[in-house]
Amino acid sequence: MSLRSPVGRVLGLGSAKEGAAHWWSQRVSAVALVLLGLWFAAALLCLDDFSHATVLAWLGAPLNAVLASLLIGTAAYHSQLGVQVVVEDYIANKGWKIVTMLLVNFLHVALGALGVFSVLRIAFGAAA
Amino acid sequence: MNSPAKLVRPLSPFLNYRWQYTMALSFLHRATGCAMAVGLLLLVYWVAAAAAGAEAYARAQTVFAHPLIRLALIAFSFSFFYHLANGVRHLFWDAGHGFEKKTARASGWLVFIAALLVTALFWVLICSRVSGGAV
Repeated sequence: MSLRSPVGRVLGLGSAKEGAAHWWSQRVSAVALVLLGLWFAAALLCLDDFSHATVLAWLGAPLNAVLASLLIGTAAYHSQLGVQVVVEDYIANKGWKIVTMLLVNFLHVALGALGVFSVLRIAFGAAA
Repeated sequence: MNSPAKLVRPLSPFLNYRWQYTMALSFLHRATGCAMAVGLLLLVYWVAAAAAGAEAYARAQTVFAHPLIRLALIAFSFSFFYHLANGVRHLFWDAGHGFEKKTARASGWLVFIAALLVTALFWVLICSRVSGGAV
């Protein structure tokens, strides 16, 4: 038996039953980012300088390329999940909420794609 | 019937919460998360510029050398370390630990101070390592 009103159900109001999956995804990506984030901070400290040659050599190493790709991809994903909650909390108007969520999702996917593509471009030696 | 003036209705929680620093820490978690969404933009710009070639990277270096961007980088690094430390605090809560008022307050101070110290240490190490200053 559902306690939701027929009108509410027709209008699509109430729980979408997706909260638990969102919550878990946020935690799983958080744990991954603890490790990837610490690696990234340590790696920056280990660079001799931030010249073009140094950065290319660093991101060109296979392990670094994989970790940097994972970092950018996971960070974009975790950020999308987090900003989604902020948008849901603070934007009450349904139309604006949908428009903002679309923009936020597109931007995060685009950022993730550009970041991972750039790392791979360096790793595969296509960067000058 | 009671007249409306006599009714004492309870206020919504956000209207009668007494201000406590743990609230500020909680808000800061969200704020630093949003800040890092913007910081991700800079990180991807940096990597994309490196991939695009020497000219693009040189342009990126002048962007990153701008005082305001430098300031933003310091803010982003604090956001990173605070969100990381407080995120671990949240994960402990999710596992059901550290909910005692005393523990939760102490861990709040711990993550905030730790984030400040690690941020300072991070930049001291960066500045001492990078001799040319070409951050």
